[in-house]
Amino acid sequence: MMQDRKTFVAWLQAAPMMLVFSVFFLLPLLLVTIVSAWDYNEYEMIPAFSLRGYGDTFEGCIADLPNLCTILKTYLKTLKLCLLTWSLTLLIGFTVAYFLAFHVRSKTWQIVLTLLCTIPFWTSNVIRMIAWIPLLGRNGLVNRGLEGVGLIRQPLEWLLFSEFSVVLALVHLFTFFMVVPIFNSMIRIDKRLIEAAYDAGATGWQTLVNVVIPLAKPGIVIGSIFVITIVMGDFVTIGVMGGQQIASAGKIIETRLNALQFPAAAANAVILLGITILIISALTRIVDVRKEL
Amino acid sequence: MNEKRSRSFYLLAAFFTAYVLFLYGPMFAIYILSFQGPDGGLTFPMNGVSLVWFGKVFSGSGIVDIAAAFRRSLQLGLVVMVLTVVLSVSAGLAFRRSFRGATLLFYVAIASLIMPSIITSLGIALEFRLLDDFIIKSGAADWTTAMGLFTSGLGAHLTWTLPFGLLIMFAIFNRFDSRLEEAARDLGATPWQTFRHVVLPIILPSVVGIGLFGFTLSWDELARSSQTIGPVNTLPLDLQGLTTTVTKPDIYALGTLTSAVSFLVIFLALVVILVLQARQRRHGSDAGKGLV
Repeated sequence: MMQDRKTFVAWLQAAPMMLVFSVFFLLPLLLVTIVSAWDYNEYEMIPAFSLRGYGDTFEGCIADLPNLCTILKTYLKTLKLCLLTWSLTLLIGFTVAYFLAFHVRSKTWQIVLTLLCTIPFWTSNVIRMIAWIPLLGRNGLVNRGLEGVGLIRQPLEWLLFSEFSVVLALVHLFTFFMVVPIFNSMIRIDKRLIEAAYDAGATGWQTLVNVVIPLAKPGIVIGSIFVITIVMGDFVTIGVMGGQQIASAGKIIETRLNALQFPAAAANAVILLGITILIISALTRIVDVRKEL
Repeated sequence: MNEKRSRSFYLLAAFFTAYVLFLYGPMFAIYILSFQGPDGGLTFPMNGVSLVWFGKVFSGSGIVDIAAAFRRSLQLGLVVMVLTVVLSVSAGLAFRRSFRGATLLFYVAIASLIMPSIITSLGIALEFRLLDDFIIKSGAADWTTAMGLFTSGLGAHLTWTLPFGLLIMFAIFNRFDSRLEEAARDLGATPWQTFRHVVLPIILPSVVGIGLFGFTLSWDELARSSQTIGPVNTLPLDLQGLTTTVTKPDIYALGTLTSAVSFLVIFLALVVILVLQARQRRHGSDAGKGLV
């Protein structure tokens, strides 16, 4: 009786949050799936079964063979940007986390240095993006500097509004999402294991590959999930840093939405969601994420 | 580990320093450039020093009504902050017991956290669009939309802030000593008294942290706002709009201003957290001070 009351109270306490997620997350997702199979015209969506949204998305894909159609090219481009960003954030994030976890010895310094990395995270993403303009622009610091030392005659055009600047901004914005989970995993590693490895004659590199990386794997996976889901759905960074010239999976959805073609936007969202889930489930096979939280 | 600093320490320290410079360099560039003189452009070198561009931001400079967007973002951020704190603490307490749907709620929160923002944004826009269509069909001919800052916009922001709040609550209760509650119960406190006088004072500094997260995540939120905010814009949306049209440093001034608000809020939250912790230490333990 008492136990029943307690679980009922717990249920009541959780109910408001559940309600918010139901109304603003689960129901919308369900509607996206349903509407993706609706018909539409220039003015409105029509609640009748149709695969026009998907058909329009893959328009010309078979006729264009063996060349790639627009949608496939866009997804390949998105995957490429995602892969580049992921590998760079992983490399940088791992190294930074390793330094903080194993080489910074005092707790106070660990907190201070972690805070130092956190502060930029509190500034709006758009501001952190436009911050690259005075550095990378035609007359930016980099071009001026390179011209000054005589390395180039013409300003480098590919520095800004290019794939280069997109990846640079994404790495700048999201490496921190890699640092935190990897650091969390590393801090839990028993230091005696590393001493044991050294005592058994392992080199630093061997210790890193055979002891540290396997034990830090949960953090690596969680960080990777964050970065990959963000980049796959991103349309803001790619829009601003690509000078609105680079197409991406998220950008397609935004364009369709702005044209009020809801079923087509929804169809693209379902495709994007499917691909993202595939990547995540492949990653979570490596490690049981729930256990690590 | 070796007692002496090894060569790899210095290499890694250099790497870390480079990373920090990479993080801060561009931001400082725009903070400095927002103080350009009236004839200055978007790049270095500085052409005089002035506050002209900050004035332009506040006078509106004819592009968008920044002051109004500023106010809207601030209001929304505060509402999101309060709701995030209340709902997260409440759900955090629930997760200390097992209840029906606990696993489901956990996975939904994680899914909401990692769902590409554009999909959540699209879903909410779609939901309200269908709702509007339904209301109009039901006979309200002059109905415009149910979308707005405090309906669809608020919901979209909560799908982003609540998972963070819940995860922080997990971290708090992982190190919470439940014997303190047992002691309160043994002394005859009701559940509410136990929460009000024992649990809340202990977790309060971290709860302020949740509020801080809630406000700043909402204040800077862009992707989820893009389709769900309705007819008016928040500050980040205006800022994004300006990136394609503006060629003057007023956009940097705007950036400096919004960053200043973020930092001010963080600073205030840190002060509150430190004060609370100091009070906890003063009142926390009377061990060794008693008569017996």
